[in-house]
Amino acid sequence: MSAAVALSKSTGEAPKPRPLVSIRDVSKQFANGTIAVRDVNLDLARGEFVSLLGPSGCGKSTLLRMISGLGEPSRGTIEWPTSPHDAEGHASPDLGFVFQEPTLMPWATALKNVMLPLTLKGVNKRDAEAQAATMLSLVGLKGFETSYPRELSGGMKMRVSIARALVTKPSILLMDEPFAALDEITRHKLNDDLLKLWWEQRFTAVFVTHSVFESVYLSQRIVVMAARPGRVMADLTVDAPHPRDDMFRTSAQYADLCRVASQNLKKAIAG
Amino acid sequence: MSDITAPVHVPHDGTDAEARPIFTEERRILGIARSTWPGILAPIVIGIFALGFWEWIVHARNIPHYVLPGPWLIAKTLVADWGTLSGSLWITLRITFAALIAAVTVGVALAIVFTQSKWLEMSLFPYAVILQVTPVVSIAPLIIIWVGDINLSLLICAWIVAFFPILSNTIMGLNSADHNLINLFQLYKANRWQALRYLRLPAALPYFLGGLKISGGLALIGAVVAEFVAGSGGNASGLAYRILESGYQLRIPRMFAALIMISVTGIAIFLLTSWISHIFLRKWHESAIKREN
Repeated sequence: MSAAVALSKSTGEAPKPRPLVSIRDVSKQFANGTIAVRDVNLDLARGEFVSLLGPSGCGKSTLLRMISGLGEPSRGTIEWPTSPHDAEGHASPDLGFVFQEPTLMPWATALKNVMLPLTLKGVNKRDAEAQAATMLSLVGLKGFETSYPRELSGGMKMRVSIARALVTKPSILLMDEPFAALDEITRHKLNDDLLKLWWEQRFTAVFVTHSVFESVYLSQRIVVMAARPGRVMADLTVDAPHPRDDMFRTSAQYADLCRVASQNLKKAIAG
Repeated sequence: MSDITAPVHVPHDGTDAEARPIFTEERRILGIARSTWPGILAPIVIGIFALGFWEWIVHARNIPHYVLPGPWLIAKTLVADWGTLSGSLWITLRITFAALIAAVTVGVALAIVFTQSKWLEMSLFPYAVILQVTPVVSIAPLIIIWVGDINLSLLICAWIVAFFPILSNTIMGLNSADHNLINLFQLYKANRWQALRYLRLPAALPYFLGGLKISGGLALIGAVVAEFVAGSGGNASGLAYRILESGYQLRIPRMFAALIMISVTGIAIFLLTSWISHIFLRKWHESAIKREN
């Protein structure tokens, strides 16, 4: 079996439902003149798991932040055709964001940290507490509600961070290399648990990573990016069914898929 | 190979059990942790030796007590004059704490205003600095003349000395919130009030408490210095006034007794502010957490 068959370039010919996010000719130039992202065109379908894969400096984080609304594109548009819009016509999608660091409030317990988005939205305290507690147990931290971030390990802090991002039941979860700082064993565990959450809750996931293995393991689709300037080099479909587990991680199919993704990444880096 | 059907509900992952910091209760003697005892005993031993030497040299050299009274005489004076001295202590304490409360209120309020408006900060902060760098001794006479009421003048002088550390520390604290957390608040469209209430104020707390520790001592120093300047001209009779008065009357043991009371007050204020700081930070801040290596 040729790996290229399994990992095909997506054609995009079939008529699709309206995408959740539609990125059109987006470029981003920073004040110092650096072009972080150039002419990116990308549609993200509702419910899919997409990885943005590329070397550091390829603008994948910048792209993710623009999708989240934290940075405006210098050129081009990011549209949310199916999301609610405010009075001024700006899309206000319900999204969750996971940073590279856990980014927890050190003065608040795990429960209070997860409650934050609900508190900011004005949800009453009792409901917020109940929802946050449910979310904490979903990420495997039942019993750690009253622990402070200081008392949690790196992996557990990241779980709290994911719980916080998902507590509002967002339609899209944006993750910026969330597991990069974790050890291999913890990272595998968190990958598995993230996939289960995604499988159960059906949010759209956008996952920034520089790890080929991680992107292949998690994603249905990998957007390969190149640096200087950041641009999309390939859009790959990972043709393997979910749910995935250690069986998949050790399969020949996974190895083949990784090889193809690697070749694409290498090509992208070479320009 | 791990179980495919393992539920998501796992207590912790892989290395976590070992990575988790272990908090152990240390053995306590008289309610104080064992490791803190040397820090208490060593200075006490040194102190006893120093006092003993002092007492000895006063007797051995026959130093008259109006030049240098021995510690025993000072202690006796402290007890004998307690009526007068405790009244003075109360007056000094009142001014010190009123000044500290005013410093906290104005310092924190100004810090919040400054961090909400860059323009206000730019226009007003230099004047706060001028107030801070001008020696209080040099403006105290003016304040006493202008204000008229001596207690209020002393309060203002002590406040001027005490408020700057709180202002500058709190400003720094309010601006020190984690940048990613600020972004997170933006993503959830938090308004200014929410960002202040849930992010900036808690982030500023350790800085504020650091400022409070400095300001507590400074408020006392400010009160004492201003009282010295006011001198016998004023009708206040705080500890500084007692020192001046004892100097004029050559009652040096009493002077020392008043001096010791000021020092003890300063130490007490330091311990109090340190304790307050510990209470607020013990759960989460690095500075307050003991960790086993």
